Amino acid sequence: MSSAALIMMITTIAVVTCVTGYFFYLVLKTPPKSEPDSYEDNDDEKR
Amino acid sequence: MAQQKEAWGSRLGLILAMAGNAVGLGNFLRFPVQAIQNGGGAFIIPYLVCFLLMGIPLLWVEWASGRFGGASGNHSTPFILNNMDKRRFWKYIGVFGIFTNLAVAAYYCYLESWTLSWVWHTITRSFSGQSQEEVASFFTNYVSLGSSEPIIFWVICLILNTWILSKGLSGGVEKVAKIGMPLLIVFGVFLAIMGISLQSGSHGAINGGSVGLNFLWTPDFSTIWNPKVWLAAAGQIFFTLSVGMGSIQCYASYVRKKDDIALNAMSAGWMNEFVEVVLGAAIIIPISVGYLGIDRVVELTQSGGLGLGFRTLPFLFEQWGTVLAIICGVFWFGLLFFAGITSSLAMGTPWMGFMRDEFGWSRQKGAWSFGAIVLILGLPTVLFFNQGVFDEYDYWAGTVSLVVFALAEIILFSWVFGMNRGWAEINSGSDIKIPKVFRFVIKWVTPFMLLFVFLGALITPKGNDWVGAFSNGWQLDNSSIIKQITNSGLREQISTAQAAGDLETVAILDEKLLYITGARLLLLAVFLGIGYLVFIAYRKRLKQGRIA
Repeated sequence: MSSAALIMMITTIAVVTCVTGYFFYLVLKTPPKSEPDSYEDNDDEKR
Repeated sequence: MAQQKEAWGSRLGLILAMAGNAVGLGNFLRFPVQAIQNGGGAFIIPYLVCFLLMGIPLLWVEWASGRFGGASGNHSTPFILNNMDKRRFWKYIGVFGIFTNLAVAAYYCYLESWTLSWVWHTITRSFSGQSQEEVASFFTNYVSLGSSEPIIFWVICLILNTWILSKGLSGGVEKVAKIGMPLLIVFGVFLAIMGISLQSGSHGAINGGSVGLNFLWTPDFSTIWNPKVWLAAAGQIFFTLSVGMGSIQCYASYVRKKDDIALNAMSAGWMNEFVEVVLGAAIIIPISVGYLGIDRVVELTQSGGLGLGFRTLPFLFEQWGTVLAIICGVFWFGLLFFAGITSSLAMGTPWMGFMRDEFGWSRQKGAWSFGAIVLILGLPTVLFFNQGVFDEYDYWAGTVSLVVFALAEIILFSWVFGMNRGWAEINSGSDIKIPKVFRFVIKWVTPFMLLFVFLGALITPKGNDWVGAFSNGWQLDNSSIIKQITNSGLREQISTAQAAGDLETVAILDEKLLYITGARLLLLAVFLGIGYLVFIAYRKRLKQGRIA
């Protein structure tokens, strides 16, 4: 592969993967809001 | 009437369902083709700029509009839009948000059924020992309805969609997304590794995987200021995110005001980008170039990525031996199936939400009526595929309607509803701090970009030559909306055939013109029919005192 193609590909893949991973990390680490919330799976949990 | 309560099961489930709504067959078949036709690696620059300035703002706008409407018990765009501004015409603009989903589902479910059928044929070894031409003609025979098989797979696909929808959001749509999206990524990663690690001379490959990647990613920076490239990038971002359809608003209408939408929208949107840019770019082009060479792939991509995916890849997988051919075939078409079904399920929910809100229909009644409408509306796309009905649906419902509706909703949100309320709505319950610059972007930049996309489609210059059009007089291309309305391209073909005395071709083209006109009238009738239902619902609301 040419250097230009390699730089373009690696930079793009790294940026997209890192940003996607970062937002998913934020979603997973953010504690759920107090009940009643929008999601029914945790409805049995203590309010 | 007793109604089941509709809700999402979990936040992760909602994000995966939203990402599944966005991820479609285009992520794997359309994006790589757009990239190689518009500057290779350089295409990613306008593409990501459009994602930041048009895609993300539109996602926030649609999530916020949906949640705002849902708080007043509205789960489809006619009354979500009407809830944001009391002027009566907005609810009729909102008809697009139901119409587009029904019309797109009508042909999209047929496309989805091909993936099921190709999985079946991969397992039963139908492509084994076939030449490339034989595999390609298998596709041609299939869509020409050489047997009843396409109809059977299409009906199976419709029943599957309808049955899942009848299970509701958390019990059906979300469960499919939770299974389908992780599997799609696993399949995609496996195929990407196979594509990238392809070795020249191994299993008959003439090029290594890196040749295809080099071809795709080598930037041609001379294209970067060409409006055609920016229009292609904006169009790709637009279609890949499923904005302008009304399904995002419907999904988001089940989220409460105190819960986050800003981070959810970013997570779902970026997940779509990951699937498209990282996985989508690493499968079809490296494998195809590996076996067919760059020139042949360029030639095949002239007719889009669909042909490459269904007519060529099964033959290429066969070069890897029986076991890998089965695994890769099942993974490839399985991946496309999951990409398809998570999108088609989203198309059912606005209709179900509307009938439930306005006419008290149960979830089951809504789901099965959706299936029945898609069956009736989709039948012409199946029976008259070769007469251009499929493409006609795709153009008017799957392309033009989206842009028109998105343009209307961004104007409503940022200029009529107002950015003060709109910004507060986007940020309500947010788990991230959105940079304030996006307030300016949503009000000024995104509407301008959408207008640019719409005008670009309306008055596309001949040969897509934007630079030349300014100096040589603006001649419209046959792909422009204006020329499409008048069937200019088809009429030119008829004139040419008449001049050449080719009466057989004239008869075929005349017949095609007839079917295309019929398809347009059918779509128009559906739009007007939904508009009439909205009118009845409005009268009901007036009688019940739900609107002043």
